[in-house]
Amino acid sequence: MIKVRNISKSFASNQALQDVTFQIQKGQFVTLLGANGAGKTTLTRILATLTRPTKGTVQIAGYAIDKDPIAVRRQIGVMSHFSFLYGDLSAEENLHFYGKMYGVQNLQNRIDELLHQVNLHTRRYDLVRTFSRGMQQRLSLARAILHHPDILLLDEPFAGLDVNAHKMLNDLLHNFIAHDSTVLLTTHDIDYAVNNSHRLIIIKDGRVIADDPTASITTDHIKNLLADKSK
Amino acid sequence: MTGLKQILTIIQKDLILEMRSKEIIVSMLVFSLIVVAVFNFIFDPGSEQIRTTAPGILWIAIIFASNLGLSRSFAREHENAHMQGILLCPVDRSLLYIAKVIGNIIFITIVEIISLPVMVVLFDLDLHGVLPLLLLVLFLGTLGFAGVGTLFSTISANTKSREVMLPILLFPVTIPIILAASKSTSYLLAGRDITQIWSWMRILIIFDVIFLVVCFLLYEYVLEE
Amino acid sequence: MDKKYLIPILLSYVAILTALYFAFLYAPTERTMGDVQRIFYFHVPSAWVSFLAFFVVCIASIAFLRTGKESWDILAASSAEIGVLFITIVLLTGPMWAKPVWNTFWTWDARLTTSFILWLIYIAYLMLRSYVHDKERGARFAAVFGIIGFLDVPIVYMSIRWWRTLHPAPVMGGKQGSGLAPEMLMTLMICLGAFTVLFATLLFLRYKTGMVATEFERLKNKIHS
Repeated sequence: MIKVRNISKSFASNQALQDVTFQIQKGQFVTLLGANGAGKTTLTRILATLTRPTKGTVQIAGYAIDKDPIAVRRQIGVMSHFSFLYGDLSAEENLHFYGKMYGVQNLQNRIDELLHQVNLHTRRYDLVRTFSRGMQQRLSLARAILHHPDILLLDEPFAGLDVNAHKMLNDLLHNFIAHDSTVLLTTHDIDYAVNNSHRLIIIKDGRVIADDPTASITTDHIKNLLADKSK
Repeated sequence: MTGLKQILTIIQKDLILEMRSKEIIVSMLVFSLIVVAVFNFIFDPGSEQIRTTAPGILWIAIIFASNLGLSRSFAREHENAHMQGILLCPVDRSLLYIAKVIGNIIFITIVEIISLPVMVVLFDLDLHGVLPLLLLVLFLGTLGFAGVGTLFSTISANTKSREVMLPILLFPVTIPIILAASKSTSYLLAGRDITQIWSWMRILIIFDVIFLVVCFLLYEYVLEE
Repeated sequence: MDKKYLIPILLSYVAILTALYFAFLYAPTERTMGDVQRIFYFHVPSAWVSFLAFFVVCIASIAFLRTGKESWDILAASSAEIGVLFITIVLLTGPMWAKPVWNTFWTWDARLTTSFILWLIYIAYLMLRSYVHDKERGARFAAVFGIIGFLDVPIVYMSIRWWRTLHPAPVMGGKQGSGLAPEMLMTLMICLGAFTVLFATLLFLRYKTGMVATEFERLKNKIHS
């Protein structure tokens, strides 16, 4: 589903990514680990077509991100620590706006279904700015999967979530995987990554330093790889 | 067809947001009225002088208020990374430019429609027979100013001191538009010959076209992160 | 010192000395204006160099947007700094010359006004460069502004000219250039050439400094990581 080949991203003195290559198959749940500034966010932004790599190619669902970014955007759902939601619009209006931007068919039904799924149907007419952080992130997830994307890109989605919201988001993610969709998650939470994803990609200073199935790698080993920063 | 629908969706969203918060239009309106009032004190009220400078005051009120509104409208898209949310949608970058320009023109036009009658009363202007042309000139000036302003406010929203940066970028570059618009207006209000008025309006139209085309072509570069 | 630096530096040294000789000793004293007219030999070449510099900014900016190569960005930034330096010289030498000759420091004619607006635009350009968070995005913003700023030059000039010709304001006598004595023309040509050489040298050195600074930053980052 995702084919990243030899991408580098650099500008002036700053080398954000260096020769990154990996592939992600359909239905895989992959976690991207790395310290702050290792290049995770840059990589997610490239995959989300928000920025372009200096070198290398990326294909998502068969489309090249530089040639056909609009087709790529149709295939991906993105969720980050920003909710992208408008505080002065209600939950339903927010979904309505994004649904129309994506050209979702049967939009009203889809919104009803999603609001039930993230358990916000009773608050659908309330303005989003009255929502707690957890509720906003749940709505943000609904927004991300509104257009039935095959691929989810998640950049620190658990940041600032309470236990309940965390669990709900987690359930939704597993439900998503069960339907043969692809997930690429970026997080600091090593335990979560080890317990939930199929595969880990660890990047450091813009390079991939490990790319292994979760089963074959221990938490301590990951911590070693990540901590080894001073040398 | 989908492009047109997306443009309308964005404009509709901006209008709903503005109807709820009213922050952009109200601040622009108050600001433009303050400008009018202040200038009334600088020049003697009711004098012949103020009637000849009225077109200039009108345009100063418009561009300063627009500057305020433009920087607010993009700061709003910035608060919760909304712009990123829109950029993730399958929409052509250049359509975003069109949608934003139209949205900004709507806001500025509303302010103009309210402050123009106030100015007519305060400065005792005679709009007999010139109103349709005056509205056209107002629209053309607003079009050019909002066209450049939309591009520059996207830039300034991503700089350190955005409120300061926008006028510094915007005013020097749009001087030709401001000049052509205020000249057309003053000729119009002074009852000059139509060919003279038209000579300035024609320049205004040419500038509008040039600026809009260039900004349209360059817009996607300021959106990319 | 490295030969590739030494040669252009020596070349501009000789060129400027020659220009000084021609401007102060070779060129005859102007009959009506006297010695103050000699400022003309520095004023006009400075204006020429600033336009050339802003042209380079525009071309380098287009190249940067097309290729994304940071060297184009460094070239644009270098050229803009030099352009601002020379347009400042233009704005300082202009009034020095105008006061004794026209008996006024400033007149809003097309050339003066355009120079002044250009100065504002490129000061804004340099400010924009220092007000951004993200270097790459900032470079793209600067490129977009650099392109629009340069396209604005003829537009500003035309609009001011049109404004001034329609307004028969005090005409401050025809400018120099028509009916110039052969010695004067010769001096002007030599000064233009000398300033162009100086510009090329400054640009080359500033560009190299920028490249070295970037390389230095890169190596520093490499050591830290």
